[in-house]
Amino acid sequence: MNALELTDLVMHFGPVRAVDGVSLRIRKGTVVALVGESGSGKSTVGRCVVRLLEPTGGTVRLADADITHLNRRQLRKHRRNVSIVFQDPAGSLDPRLSVGDIVSEPLRLMRQRDTAGPVADSLRRVGLRPEVAQRSPHELSGGQRQRVSIARALISKPSLLVADEPTSALDVSVQASVLNLLADLQRDLGFACLFITHDLSAVEYLADEVAVMYLGQLVEQGPRERIFGVPAHPYTQALLSAAPVPDPTTQRARRPVLLGDDLPSPIDPPSGCRFHTRCPVAVDRCRTVVPESRVIGEGGHRVACHLVNDDGTGPDVRRTQDTTTDTGAAR
Amino acid sequence: MSMPMPKANNGSAGPGRSSASAAPVLRVRDLSVTFRTEDGRISAVDNVDFEVADGEVLAVVGESGCGKSVTAMSLAGLLPRTATVEGSVQLDGVELIGAGKRTLRSIRGREIAYIFQEPMTSLNPVFTVGRQIGEVLGVHNGLSRAAARRRAVELLKLVGIPSAERRVDDYPHQLSGGMRQRVMIAMAVACDPKVLIADEPTTALDVTIQAGILDVLRELRERLGTSIVLITHDLGVVADLADRVAVMYAGRVVETAEVHDLFARPTHPYTAGLLGASPSAGRHAGTDRLNEIPGLVPVLAEQPDACTFADRCPRALDTCTTKQPLLTGDAHQVACWNPVREPVEAR
Ligand SMILES: Nc1ncnc2c1ncn2[C@@H]1O[C@H](COP(=O)(O)OP(=O)(O)OP(=O)(O)O)[C@@H](O)[C@H]1O
Ligand SMILES: Nc1ncnc2c1ncn2[C@@H]1O[C@H](COP(=O)(O)OP(=O)(O)O)[C@@H](O)[C@H]1O
Ligand code: SF4
Ligand code: SF4
Ligand SMILES: [Mg+2]
Ligand SMILES: [Mg+2]
Repeated sequence: MNALELTDLVMHFGPVRAVDGVSLRIRKGTVVALVGESGSGKSTVGRCVVRLLEPTGGTVRLADADITHLNRRQLRKHRRNVSIVFQDPAGSLDPRLSVGDIVSEPLRLMRQRDTAGPVADSLRRVGLRPEVAQRSPHELSGGQRQRVSIARALISKPSLLVADEPTSALDVSVQASVLNLLADLQRDLGFACLFITHDLSAVEYLADEVAVMYLGQLVEQGPRERIFGVPAHPYTQALLSAAPVPDPTTQRARRPVLLGDDLPSPIDPPSGCRFHTRCPVAVDRCRTVVPESRVIGEGGHRVACHLVNDDGTGPDVRRTQDTTTDTGAAR
Repeated sequence: MSMPMPKANNGSAGPGRSSASAAPVLRVRDLSVTFRTEDGRISAVDNVDFEVADGEVLAVVGESGCGKSVTAMSLAGLLPRTATVEGSVQLDGVELIGAGKRTLRSIRGREIAYIFQEPMTSLNPVFTVGRQIGEVLGVHNGLSRAAARRRAVELLKLVGIPSAERRVDDYPHQLSGGMRQRVMIAMAVACDPKVLIADEPTTALDVTIQAGILDVLRELRERLGTSIVLITHDLGVVADLADRVAVMYAGRVVETAEVHDLFARPTHPYTAGLLGASPSAGRHAGTDRLNEIPGLVPVLAEQPDACTFADRCPRALDTCTTKQPLLTGDAHQVACWNPVREPVEAR
C-alpha cells in the first residue's frame, strides 16, 4: 500500500520548469529521501505533495485519494494525513504565537476544540517539557524550535510527513538529536516520510529508499543499499563521490568527480539528457535523445541513462576519472 | 611546531619547500576577545594559542557560537569597534594587535587575506569581476589597467574558472554561487598573501561545487605555498584538507592535533562527541544511534575558572567545575581533567 504516489508531476512557474515529470511512490511506513543540488526542484515537489502548490500537471495521490486539484475546503479532510516540516525553524514559526498555539494549529484548523491534551502529548513525544507550550518560539534554541515544528507536524497523526531539509540549519550535535528523534518517531508512529535534503550522510542514516533529482526530473531511484552501493547514474555517482567523509585516510584516497559549477537553468533545460552538459561520459545520442527511466535491479531500482545496461552495469564516472587524472585532464 | 605533510588527494607530496624547521608564519598567543553589548559584556574568545606553519592548513572546528569567526576576524583585524582584543598575533614576526593603521593597511589583503561564507554579500554588484580584482591589485601593487586585467584573467584561471578571458567582464549576478566563491578566492590571493583565512568557504554550496572549491584551496597551498586557516563545522571538509586541527569550545581551544591523529584518537570529550554525532558513511538508524551532545554552547559574560563544557560532559568530575583545565601535551594537546584517553604522542 502506498502512502504517496506521484505520477508525472509537473510544476511550472511561468517559464521556470521547476518540476518536469516526476513519478515516485512511497510505501506505507517507509522513508524516501529526495536528493539533488540546490534548485533541482526538491522543495517544489514537497510543496506540491502537501498542496501548498497546485501542480501544473500530473497527479498527487495520498493513500486513498487524488488531491491534485482539490480546493481549500476539500483539502481540509485530508490535512490530517499529511504534514510538512521546513528547514528554517526560526522562519517557519510565527513569533507572535505561543508554542502551544503553534503546535495545536493543525487541530484547530480541523475544528477540534480540546487541544491541551494532544499538545502536551505531542511536545513530550519530541522530547520537550509540556510547559514549553506557554513560551514563545524565539525563546527557544534552533534545535528546540525544530522539535516544535515536528510536534506540530505530528499532532494530527499524519500517515505522511514531508521533511524539507529539517536538519540543514542545525549544528552536528543538534542535527544528531533531531535525526535520532525522527528515526524513533518514525519507528514508533509508523508514518511514511518524504525526506528532502542535500546531506547524503543524513540520507544514508535515515532513508529506506533514495530518489535523485536533477533539473526537475528523477534520474535514479531505488533502495538505499543499491543507491549507495551500486549507483548507476553518472550524476548519482558524482554526487556520492563529492560528499566528503569525516575520516582523513578514507577521504584522501577518494577522488571527487568534478562536474563544473554551472547548473543549467530550468527555464531552458538542455535537450536530450538534461545532464549531458556536465556528464563526463556523455555520447552524441545524449544530446538529442531523452533517456527513458527503466528498471535495472531489485527493489524498483530505476535509472534514466542511455549508457546503463538493463542489468545495471554501465559506466562508473568515478573510475573513468581515476584513469584520466594522471594526465591532469580531469582536474 | 609543524607536522609532516599528509599526502594530498592527487598524490603529490605537498608544497615543495621544507617547513620542518621554519618559524611559524602566524603565531597567536593568549588571544582574548570581548564585546560590549546592550546586555553587558560577552567573552567570545579566551586565551587562544596556536601557530600556523608555512604552507600548512589549520582547520578550526566547533559548533556555531564557539568563537571560530571571531578568532578569524581578529587575525585579519576585521572586528567591530565594540570588540576589545588582547594578546598577540604575529605574522612573520610582526605584531598585529595594537599595530598602527598604516602597518595594518599594508598587511591586510597583501599578507593576510580573508574569504567569507557568502560570496555575494562581499562582491560589489555594480562592477565586473575583472574590475574588482583589478582594484585589489591596483591598491597593493600599483599596476597599469591593462596589466591588472591580464593578471585578473590569470587569477581567474588559477581558481579554475573556464573561459576566464570572457568571464572577467561578467558581473557577479551572472555567475553561479560556486563561481562567485572562486572569484572571492581569486581576489583574496591576488597579492599572494602568506596566510589565507577561509571562514566556512563552502558551507553555502552544494557538495558537487564544494569539491571543486576544496581543490582550488589545495592547489593554492601546493602551488603558492599559502598557509590556510580553514574555519568550518564540517568534519568531512576537515578530513579532506586540513594538516592540523584546533577544536574550539565556548571561546577556548580544547584540543589540537595532527589531522589523522585527531580522527583516530579524539581525546577531549567534546571532540569525541562531535565525531560520534556525525552520521558518517555506512551508519543507519536501524542499527546505529547517533551520539547526542545535550545542551547548548553557552554565551559567557566571563570565562570561569572551570571547564565550560562541564554541564554537557558525560565524563565530568568534581574538579571540572572548580578549576580550568589548560592545554597540555606537545603535538597532540588537550585541555581536560578526565580525557577519553591519554593523549598519545604522534610518531
Ligand atoms: N514560486 C516560484 N516562482 C518561480 N520560480 C520558482 C518558485 N519556486 C521555485 N522556483 C524555481 O524552481 C526551481 C526549483 O526550486 P526548489 O526550491 O524546488 O529547489 P530545491 O531543489 O528545493 O533547492 P534547494 O536545495 O536550494 O532548497 C528553482 O529554479 C527555483 O528558482
Ligand atoms: N559583534 C559582536 N557583538 C557581540 N557578540 C558577538 C559579536 N560577534 C560575535 N559575537 C559572539 O561571540 C561568540 C562567538 O561567535 P562566532 O565567532 O561568530 O562563533 P562561530 O564562528 O564559532 O559560530 C558568540 O557568542 C557570538 O554571539
Ligand atoms: S544519458 Fe548520457 S549524458 Fe545522460 S547521464 Fe547517461 S551518459 Fe550522461
Ligand atoms: S574537564 Fe571535565 S567537564 Fe571538561 S571536558 Fe574534561 S571531563 Fe568533561
Ligand atoms: Mg529547497
Ligand atoms: Mg562563524
